[in-house]
Amino acid sequence: MSLEVKNLRVYYQTLRGDVKALDGVTFNIKDGEIMGLAGESGCGKTTLGHSLVRLIHPMKFIEGSVRLDDEELPIWDMNKMNKYRFSKISIIPQYAMNAMNPTRKIGKMTSELLGSRGVNYKNTLTELNRRLDLVKLTQDVLNMYPIELSGGMKQRMVLVLSTLMNPSLLIADEITSALDVSTQKAVSEMLVEFRNRKYVKSMIVITHDISILYQIADSILIMYAGKLAEKASTEIIIHSPKHPYTKLLISSLPKVGVRYSEKKLVGIPGNTPLLLNPPIGCRFRDRCPVAFDKCVEEPPFIEIEKDHFVACWKELGENA
Amino acid sequence: MLKLDKISKIYKTGTFGGKLLPAVVDVSFDVGDGEIVSLIGESGSGKSTIGKMILDLITITSGKIIFNGVDISTLKRGTLKNYYRNVQGVFQDPFSSYNPISKADRIFRIIRQEFFPKVKESEWDEKINSSLRDVGLNPDQVLNKFPHQLSGGQLQRFLIARALLLDIKFLVADEIISMLDASTRVDVLNLLVELKSRGLSILFITHDLSLGYYISERAIILYRGCVVEMGSTQKIYYNPLHPYTKMLMASVPRLDRKWGEIEVELKAEHLENTRGCGYYDRCPVVDRAGSCFKNRPPLVEVEHDHFVACSHYKEEKPL
Amino acid sequence: MIEQMNIKKSEKIDKIPIIKPKKINEFLYFAFRNNRVRVGLGVVLFFLLLTFIGPLLTHYKWDAYIGPFSVPPSSLYWMGTTSYGQDVFTQFVLGLKATFLVGVIGGGLGTFIGVMVGFIAGYRGGMVDEGLNMITNIVLVIPTFAILLIIAAYLKVRGIFVESLFIGFTAWPWAARAVRAQTFSLRSRDFVDMARMSGMKPLKIIFTEIAPNMMSYLLMTFILQFGGAILIAATLDFIGLGPTNAISLGLMMNYAVLSGALIYRAWWWFVPPGFAIMAIVGSLYIMNVGLDEVFNPKLREM
Repeated sequence: MSLEVKNLRVYYQTLRGDVKALDGVTFNIKDGEIMGLAGESGCGKTTLGHSLVRLIHPMKFIEGSVRLDDEELPIWDMNKMNKYRFSKISIIPQYAMNAMNPTRKIGKMTSELLGSRGVNYKNTLTELNRRLDLVKLTQDVLNMYPIELSGGMKQRMVLVLSTLMNPSLLIADEITSALDVSTQKAVSEMLVEFRNRKYVKSMIVITHDISILYQIADSILIMYAGKLAEKASTEIIIHSPKHPYTKLLISSLPKVGVRYSEKKLVGIPGNTPLLLNPPIGCRFRDRCPVAFDKCVEEPPFIEIEKDHFVACWKELGENA
Repeated sequence: MLKLDKISKIYKTGTFGGKLLPAVVDVSFDVGDGEIVSLIGESGSGKSTIGKMILDLITITSGKIIFNGVDISTLKRGTLKNYYRNVQGVFQDPFSSYNPISKADRIFRIIRQEFFPKVKESEWDEKINSSLRDVGLNPDQVLNKFPHQLSGGQLQRFLIARALLLDIKFLVADEIISMLDASTRVDVLNLLVELKSRGLSILFITHDLSLGYYISERAIILYRGCVVEMGSTQKIYYNPLHPYTKMLMASVPRLDRKWGEIEVELKAEHLENTRGCGYYDRCPVVDRAGSCFKNRPPLVEVEHDHFVACSHYKEEKPL
Repeated sequence: MIEQMNIKKSEKIDKIPIIKPKKINEFLYFAFRNNRVRVGLGVVLFFLLLTFIGPLLTHYKWDAYIGPFSVPPSSLYWMGTTSYGQDVFTQFVLGLKATFLVGVIGGGLGTFIGVMVGFIAGYRGGMVDEGLNMITNIVLVIPTFAILLIIAAYLKVRGIFVESLFIGFTAWPWAARAVRAQTFSLRSRDFVDMARMSGMKPLKIIFTEIAPNMMSYLLMTFILQFGGAILIAATLDFIGLGPTNAISLGLMMNYAVLSGALIYRAWWWFVPPGFAIMAIVGSLYIMNVGLDEVFNPKLREM
């Protein structure tokens, strides 16, 4: 097992109380699996991604355990996490491509980064160049400043940097949202290539764009309001989902080839609940078309068939 | 209703305005009454610039925009205000369209002060309530709130309600749903189609092909400021002819099929040659020395309601 | 009827949502907890109070010869007397008043001109911006000292008001630059475009959309201009280019030095005014730093 997360609870401290952004999350990722993490804004996917690597104020660790390659990750302790960060677990945060120091050449930035982890820059130069070729960047890029690169180039550079030390787990947070369609495709395919070449063992790809996940992810985890709704292989999530939220979400996506006049799409009425005082029981209850009285009790996230987990009383009815 | 005639926008950059940066080059198209037209392009295509020129927020370098027979560059203070009674816009970021210091309702107050100063209070309240209901909002839930207390979807609909107060004929919708959640996007989209059936014309600017296909009968594909393909949405989507359109269709992530094995050339930052075709550096069927380099290919009607700007569209390189 | 009204009232109360404390209250809350603001404001208010109360405590005129020469502070003459036998305390409190007046008028005028120029240049852009920029730069490099000497030669009698006007007309470029930059960045925001599409006139857009988002900046600009005006006035007074028929803190120091108080070690004549100027201007700047923390939440100590 590559990644095992058990009952992870991470809240945000605010002036008005704790926002229960991640409220008891349990799931596993196998070696070599690319798991997509999808959900709407406020569902907790970015919190999940960041808490695995960099749990800092205002995030607050409440409880839970994270095991990577059979080793417990001390995510509550920023200092202890230092030796795991970048070498065993790595993250590409959402605006990474805009966060590069504009006054540093790329090469200098890389050597500083590696130096801080105790790795000699010169030794890794050949491997670095090989990877730059893989992502179709010339070796000159090490001598350029970030402002000379386009968005796509910067994103590919960040991809290379984050995976330079072959981490076991890579978390990619919305890395394709700001890119053109053609660059999106190239960057997404590079992610898969990196996994295929074993530069990275497993990945969590966080995005709101489920169609990209359909193209590259092996499995998809759907989150809603800080809790997990469904996890299954990509095929099942897209073509035969079981959780009502997943069903409504998939059916609200416009598809090429479908017109309003032929088939009007329907959204999900209502709003996601505020997580300062989340509703008791199933958080999707208020907007769910098939909610019934048992839903005031929180449904557990249970495996209903091999590798297919759902948190919904309606689906568990037969097995409960 | 709205006609763009060889519109161009060229920015002067560099010290003393030496270098020229063309954002929009010789774009012509029209939008009829009660029609939704999608303006599809990626970043750098000039689609937002066109939207802002139509709304008279940016000056036009050359060409004419004609609304119901009137050239909008001739509009001054009074006539310009009249123009805004007929044409309005909604932009991408719902939160930045509101002045953060005041409540969301202020946008209605401004409309009243500028356009309906003599209307009585009770009559105005009724007008607001009916506009809000037209866009699917409950007046009790959304009035008298600050922008941060409403969701993105509600804010965008609020802006559409504001435009409806003026009884506009034409709406420029610039990426209005790209910052919304998937579940609310569809509701705003459906709202636009409902408004169209009541006579409103909409220019729907987007980078998302599937949205364009969903709501519009006609589409315009833009690349680097030029129109590369234009015509009925059905024909463009099922029979794309321009190499760029073909590339777009192949690269868009879809839920019904996986990406094929296509080698896609990535976009270069700056275009070296500004006289030739904009797609020159990435085109698989380009004629390196000849026409593609020297001239921008003109828009040619290849079948009814399907125009392409490419000299070699017929040649099929296997994709 | 009354029942209907009562029902309506209670409906309204039920419907009032829990709103975050309005921006002004939030600002005041943080402002008065910030130590720098407290200290700075406290010092300035102390001197201001002195300006009002001081003259009530003395019945002398500032230039009247009321006592022996160069007497150190005592219970009779609280701050001693000058080399000419004038009461230093009277001079001090009246000088404070003049200093504050110059700050308000000079600083206020400078702020007003700078803000207007900055707004118009920032909003309009293009040729208007270029033109106003040129004017700003010219005023910036004018040798104010030379012009002052010319004015001094022509106007034998000058008062506080003329001095304030001069300072206001020459110190505004800094404010204009700052305001222009902020206006530029605010102008490209979507809500300004929305206002334009509502047919609002440009001046109205500047004052109702842009300026309210810059209130913190404008306040700090005024404080800086205020302090700056006081400093400039003090310098001018000290070198003899100040008002001819009034007393100010700078003038006190000027007279003190000219009449040899330095040699006679009559510190009570030139140290208090110097110290007061330093205290007032320094406190204004400290208050400004504190306000910057208040307005920019990222700098606040949580």
